[in-house]
Amino acid sequence: MNRTSAPVDAPAPGVWEELVTTALLGTERRTPPGGAPGREAPLALLDAAAVETVRRRAGLRPAKAAARPEPVAEDHRPALPAAAARRLALLLADRPGTSGGRRGTAPDLMELLPQWLASANARGFAAPPQAVPALLDAARGRTDLRPAALKFAGPRAMWLARLNPDWRFALRATPGGGTALPHPEDTERIRVLWDEGLFAERVALLSALRAREPAAARELLATTWSTERAEDRLMFLDSLRTGLGPQDEPFLEQALSDRSRNVRATAAELLSALPGSALAARMAVRATACIAVDHTLDSPTIAVEAPPECDASMERDGVVAKPPAGRGERSWWLGQLVEATPLGTWSARLGGRTPREIVALPVADDWQSDLHAAWCRAAVRQRDPEWSRTLLGTPSAPEAGGPGAVSLAERAKLLATLDAAERADWVAGFIAAHGLSEAFQLLGVCAVPWSEPLGRAVIDALDIARDAGSYPWSFSGVMGLAERCLDPAEAGRLNGLLAIPDESEDASPGAGGYWAEAFQRLVTTLRLRRTMAEELEPE
Amino acid sequence: MTQQGVRWSADQVLALAPDAASRKAGSKLGAAGPWSEAGSSDEGAVWGLCKGSGSKPYQTVVDLADAAGPAYKCSCPSRKFPCKHALGLLLLWAGEDGAVPPGEAPDWAEQWMAGRRQRAEQKRSTPSADSPSGSGDPEAARRRAERRAARVTAGASELEQRLADLLRGGLAGAEQAGYGLWEETAARMVDAQAPGLAARVRELGAIPSSGPGWPVRLLEESALLHLLDQGWLHREQLPDDLAAAVRTRIGLPGTADGPPLRDRWLVLAQYDTADARLTTRRIWLYGTDSDRTALLLSYGAAGRAPELALPVGLTLDAEVSAYPGAGQQRAALGEQFAPPAPATARPPGVTTAEAAARYGEALRDDPWLDSVPVTLDRVIPTPDGDSWQLADADEDSALPLTPSARSRPGLWRLVALSGGAPVKVFGECGHRGFTPLAAWPEATGEAVQLC
Repeated sequence: MNRTSAPVDAPAPGVWEELVTTALLGTERRTPPGGAPGREAPLALLDAAAVETVRRRAGLRPAKAAARPEPVAEDHRPALPAAAARRLALLLADRPGTSGGRRGTAPDLMELLPQWLASANARGFAAPPQAVPALLDAARGRTDLRPAALKFAGPRAMWLARLNPDWRFALRATPGGGTALPHPEDTERIRVLWDEGLFAERVALLSALRAREPAAARELLATTWSTERAEDRLMFLDSLRTGLGPQDEPFLEQALSDRSRNVRATAAELLSALPGSALAARMAVRATACIAVDHTLDSPTIAVEAPPECDASMERDGVVAKPPAGRGERSWWLGQLVEATPLGTWSARLGGRTPREIVALPVADDWQSDLHAAWCRAAVRQRDPEWSRTLLGTPSAPEAGGPGAVSLAERAKLLATLDAAERADWVAGFIAAHGLSEAFQLLGVCAVPWSEPLGRAVIDALDIARDAGSYPWSFSGVMGLAERCLDPAEAGRLNGLLAIPDESEDASPGAGGYWAEAFQRLVTTLRLRRTMAEELEPE
Repeated sequence: MTQQGVRWSADQVLALAPDAASRKAGSKLGAAGPWSEAGSSDEGAVWGLCKGSGSKPYQTVVDLADAAGPAYKCSCPSRKFPCKHALGLLLLWAGEDGAVPPGEAPDWAEQWMAGRRQRAEQKRSTPSADSPSGSGDPEAARRRAERRAARVTAGASELEQRLADLLRGGLAGAEQAGYGLWEETAARMVDAQAPGLAARVRELGAIPSSGPGWPVRLLEESALLHLLDQGWLHREQLPDDLAAAVRTRIGLPGTADGPPLRDRWLVLAQYDTADARLTTRRIWLYGTDSDRTALLLSYGAAGRAPELALPVGLTLDAEVSAYPGAGQQRAALGEQFAPPAPATARPPGVTTAEAAARYGEALRDDPWLDSVPVTLDRVIPTPDGDSWQLADADEDSALPLTPSARSRPGLWRLVALSGGAPVKVFGECGHRGFTPLAAWPEATGEAVQLC
């Protein structure tokens, strides 16, 4: 309250200050003003101070108001249903890090927050205003939560972030402090922001524009391309990945002569993802010169003659001349050529064979793994489902490595080019044949909630793992995924697994109880997820 | 205790938690997983079996219909009160997903409920049973009171001497004297059976290390302590109400002997303050018909939550009796006639100028008052340098927030709720500024807790 403006009817403005000074020095050194006669000096001082204190307090007046903050932009999204708002409060109250030890049968609420936010955003609800600080705190601690949390929190989050330094990250996450990017028609403002904006603002502007009008974004970039710094050119070029098309070829072709090696490499990579580009054709010419079907042997076999040198034109097309340590340079060059060659080239080159027939052909002189690995990278880069399917092979194939020694990481990437149902079926088949120990990464690329066959495969595999007598925490990664990704409708299927089984002789001691607990947590979490989804349905 | 109680919100349940750890542990148990045979009765009881680490599940039962707030019983060994199982059970019940259906209480729950009802009956039929001296000997009680008054008088006189010494030597010396001197004086006041004086003396000792401006605060508090001493020493000459205020401030026991006032009491706020010895819980109630504001105080030994807990945002149909003294907000909760129910009522608000004036007027009855409960209408939380204020939406005046309110997370909930628009805020308004405790959005909407 306003201490500076003294009470209106104060007898004399200096009285209180005089009392404080006297009190500080002590009545031995300074005689207090006034005071009743015959009263001891310190008590007289206290008498006067008591009167003044109560007078000052009783006379307090409000202060002058400071400049009011600009009101937050109106949020037109509908409010959450009451039950969902309560659920959100619960999810946000469960902060990680304070609890140690075993999780028991209780669901891990914090892990459900991302899912909850995604559903709430999909239904277009607005966050309750008073929950926004907790949302910002949660997003502050977990970068993976930020996009969904900030979207859900809406304009109020940006408004608050400008008032509290702890939440500055929100302003960085949405450059321009959420002041919204210029309208696509507003070429004037786009121009100004592009010429004068900060780097982050410019990247955001370019990405946003590219998502809406790919050509306009490329033209905007071209206007200042030659004056940008190398690191910035690299970032800007990268944003062309979105909406990449044949119209981008001239610009990318020009970037192949860039001063920066990284920019050249990125331009080459983008061009090779365009099967009709001149670069792709040049690479195809080089690659097909190295690979042919040898009919002189008993059965048709792919013969490989790796390129003898990496000339300047290859380097200009993005081929990296120097191999990493431990790799032969010729196989290194070959891999890059095949990777950048349109996959459609091979059928014509190898006697009109289908991809399946091509992959089935034997390869001479131990080139098989190099060649198949390069085709895998090409299938991922060119997003070619037919080649991906072929290279993945049948999920139940006995060799854990699969054709061409495809690693799990590469398989996950190949899977990503297939549609959701096919992906789920393949992973389900893989789990049925090989169990869960290798499945974690593959499960990560499957759509949530898991399809019925996939969910069933995971549950069956967990059941088998339990019967095999191991401890559930060997599967904690898959368990955690199952809690978040299994379709809640599958909860009923798990009922048979909740009881503690009789312990068999070769089982690890006590494992049965821990499994029952883990399955209980799984079921509880699934039920909770169903409830959460129902709560978000508009009433 | 009529019909099935209205379900509470999760926030209201979590407000019962004695500490942050229980809050967290309780919310983990607020899902169907570990629970079985849960149910609730029309009389306001909720029960369930919670699977713990042992083979036998814990039996948890909560009585929501009790006059003194919810009562809990759980077979777990936890000393927390309520324990995480009781909180989890209430959350499950609040969750509305059918995990706690209405039904017949099992024997173990019914027994406990019956025991409670019986004890409540007994208590009601013998109302004077809990007054300490009973009807025994009024003469003896009078002598005891006299002895205590003499001790307090001796203590107050000694304290006057200490204060005179302080002012004689100067406050500047107090910075060096340190805390020990005050701690010893406080102990003397405890011996003199004047706990109110002891607490003030202890606070006095902390002022020299409380940052810039401490000499002013030390003089203010010394002067008010002097005023209290003088008030006690001359209490025969004071008007009755002021004398009652002095007795309360000294720390003499009082009883809530005001006439019971039945109303629908809206629970505005509940918060705890703790020092090394004691946890103090303050609960603000607003009588929607009587337009009265009442303060319930309850205490817990260090580190333990006080027993009384009420759901913020709900109304209680209950009786409340005031403690003596004219400016007195403090009251005691009497009989509760129905389980807590949701309410749309809000206390009427005033402007910042009226709030400041209200504090000034309250000092007439109790000059030691630090703050008064006030509801502000149409104020906007506004940043003011490093601090915040609540600015009138329609006038050019504002109340600054107290330093403690500035550092609490509730501030940001308030700021977020407002978003630059006017809100209604209930809180404590005093010489240090305004401490917001609950807020409502301008249009419709539930109260948001800020403490």
